Amino acid sequence: MADQPQGCARTTGAVMGEQPSAAPANETTGTKKEMTMTARVGQKAPDFEAPAYYRGKFTTIKLSDYLGRWVLLCFYPGDFTFV
Amino acid sequence: MEVISVSVDSHFVHKMWNDYELTKMVEGGVPFHMASDQAGNVGRAYGVWDEAQGIELRGRFIIDPDGVIQAMEVLTPPVGRRMAETIRQIQAFQHVRASKGTEATPAGWMPGELVLKPGPDLVGNVWQVWKPEMENA
Repeated sequence: MADQPQGCARTTGAVMGEQPSAAPANETTGTKKEMTMTARVGQKAPDFEAPAYYRGKFTTIKLSDYLGRWVLLCFYPGDFTFV
Repeated sequence: MEVISVSVDSHFVHKMWNDYELTKMVEGGVPFHMASDQAGNVGRAYGVWDEAQGIELRGRFIIDPDGVIQAMEVLTPPVGRRMAETIRQIQAFQHVRASKGTEATPAGWMPGELVLKPGPDLVGNVWQVWKPEMENA
């Protein structure tokens, strides 16, 4: 499958500021083995890349692009939910 | 400070939500990136993925300039967050970082208030500089 600029979000398998340690990053088969990491305070944040909407445009966001700045990362159950 | 929101909705739905509802709450619409995590991969990595419902819990992470998670909070869906507390924590972490770890902020600390300087002289003496009432001052 060709590269899709607006594909699914995926973790990079690395924490912020580091290269993925597990084998070559470019997967050779279609099946991607996602790294399971658990976020903990005092530890580096899991890095990820995801499609995003930002001020009228579709874009891709990569967490590690924001190294050097404070980041507030907020998850929520879904758009159009009430709370 | 960069804000990033994440949910399992597609970026197309993010656009609709922004255009049709959120612009009525916030002038000019959402000013930060609304990321899409339809497969839940990011949510899993952060421990906020709810397998049964296929959604992400209300997880909030404060990440410092080194990429280290300094604070996290996770709520189940029916209760909303309190932004003022998140901002207070960010200010406290920024203060501590600016002091290069030489200062600590006591419970209830607000910017401009007394900070603690941990060291041998403070052991057993916190009561002299900080009292519970100060938290609600």
